[in-house]
Amino acid sequence: MAAPLSDEAPLLVAEGLSRLYGARIGCTDVDLEVYPGEVLAVVGESGSGKSTLLSLLSTELAPTSGRVLYRMDNGLRDLSALSEAERRLLLRTQWGFVRQNAEQGLRMAVSAGGNVGERLMAVGWRNYGDIRAEATSWLDRVEIAADRIDDDPRAFSGGMRQRLQIARNLVTRPRLVFMDEPTGGLDVSVQARLLDLIRSLVSDLGAAVIIVTHDLAVARLLSHRIMVMRHGRVIEAGLTDQVLDDPQEPYTQLLVASVLAA
Amino acid sequence: MTYLTPSSPSPAVLAVTGLSKAFTLHLRDGLRLPVVSGADFSVAAGECVALGGPSGAGKSSLLKMVYGNYRVDAGAILVTDGPERVDIARAAPRRILKLRRERIGYVSQFLRVIPRVSTLDVVAEPLRLDGASPEAAAGRARDLLARLNLPERLWSLPPATFSGGEQQRVNIARGFIAPRDLLLLDEPTASLDAANSAAVVELIAGKKAEGTAILGIFHDAAVRTAVADRVIDVTRFGASQ
Ligand SMILES: Nc1ncnc2c1ncn2[C@@H]1O[C@H](COP(=O)(O)OP(=O)(O)OP(=O)(O)O)[C@@H](O)[C@H]1O
Ligand SMILES: Nc1ncnc2c1ncn2[C@@H]1O[C@H](COP(=O)(O)OP(=O)(O)OP(=O)(O)O)[C@@H](O)[C@H]1O
Ligand SMILES: [Mg+2]
Ligand SMILES: [Mg+2]
Repeated sequence: MAAPLSDEAPLLVAEGLSRLYGARIGCTDVDLEVYPGEVLAVVGESGSGKSTLLSLLSTELAPTSGRVLYRMDNGLRDLSALSEAERRLLLRTQWGFVRQNAEQGLRMAVSAGGNVGERLMAVGWRNYGDIRAEATSWLDRVEIAADRIDDDPRAFSGGMRQRLQIARNLVTRPRLVFMDEPTGGLDVSVQARLLDLIRSLVSDLGAAVIIVTHDLAVARLLSHRIMVMRHGRVIEAGLTDQVLDDPQEPYTQLLVASVLAA
Repeated sequence: MTYLTPSSPSPAVLAVTGLSKAFTLHLRDGLRLPVVSGADFSVAAGECVALGGPSGAGKSSLLKMVYGNYRVDAGAILVTDGPERVDIARAAPRRILKLRRERIGYVSQFLRVIPRVSTLDVVAEPLRLDGASPEAAAGRARDLLARLNLPERLWSLPPATFSGGEQQRVNIARGFIAPRDLLLLDEPTASLDAANSAAVVELIAGKKAEGTAILGIFHDAAVRTAVADRVIDVTRFGASQ
């Protein structure tokens, strides 16, 4: 479990980050900083490069150019220079990744309790009773009844799977959580409940979050800062309410004008 | 410019200099709407300054710029933060959020409700974030809601379905619960009856006595006279003529 960090220096830094898919631009020339406890929303139309950026930041994808730095105990480290073992340790112990498709973020053939418990084992928990107790308490926090702990997520609804995925990712109290459209594809009422949950858990844990969403209301509710992407570039960024209430770029004005009361 | 004259001995909590702002409406062929140009004023601790002027003059926009909610084209908005003076017009988002947590309160014209959070929690939140115990924060929230005559049966409900005047009072209670150096009030009594307006006037007087600097918009002349030490006519900042 990660010790608290001073929030006076950035946790994650991206410099000139670009990714091409052949001749096609995935994302290009992105600079950003995320501080401990800060929630950054990345918004923009389909194909604007949001998921590509998230994959680059989380080291799932290698950049064509630019780099990603992360604050470790010995200062900011270039993630491309980490050994595979260091990178895996980081992913397991300090990061979480909540995916739109819960099937990608969960082990579908493992019980709900196992999905949460195996993350604890990965950070060194050994006592079966402790692991089960902690898993039960997290299932409760995400409003999954204790008697479902031995069921596997194939038996769960979309909203439950998503809540389980959140428990699995937050149980180790990560410093940084990536989320790609975590409420996408769910009913509006299920979405609302999930958002509440994300909002309160994230602020309780003080985790930094980079959340990709095309829903400005989600960005408004959850994020401190917002980045607007278009054609692979960041075209506008700033304090969330400032960007949404006083957008400067023509595209951002269009985006804001096309939704009701975000 | 902000000169400290002998008649205002306390230092300015807020000093606005040369502030200019225009909206550019790209969806309307780039139409430019100037709002203010070259606005200069300051607000001292314990002082209540009212922004006056007709509808559309830019009063709310000015408040929003001071809160960091609207951007600024030129000029400075200096807010005292302990030994520092922070320019909201240029500060990084995190710095603005820190000021909002610690120094600046804002009662907007309309409550932006967080879904499914009870009225009591909505009101208590700023004090809890200041580090008060849940009991102390809830106790203070109850006091304020009672002073604002919000029926007790509503306290445990989320304010989403409340009437305009009820939401307004929740908003005021939330804005007033935690001590702040600077309080921004956008028509806090707009949808309130005389008795509730009087309660708000009393709360404002209490804040002034504690040394809070207040910048507000008060459409009701009686309320304005009761609370404001000075009125600044926003039309004098030019751009709306
Ligand atoms: N593996 C890939 N191979 C080729 N092109 C890709 C690949 N992944 C993404 N792209 C392209 O890169 C661009 C950015 O895609 P990306 O998935 O990052 O967009 P997005 O903003 O996440 O969109 P959405 O909101 O639809 O999820 C698109 O033009 C997309 O077609
Ligand atoms: N976010 C915005 N985008 C574009 N134009 C805006 C925005 N906010 C305000 N305006 C415009 O700026 C001008 C000033 O508006 P503002 O709300 O500041 O006036 P006001 O003095 O508070 O008026 P009222 O007394 O009616 O509340 C108006 O023309 C308004 O339409
Ligand atoms: Mg995507
Ligand atoms: Mg107004």
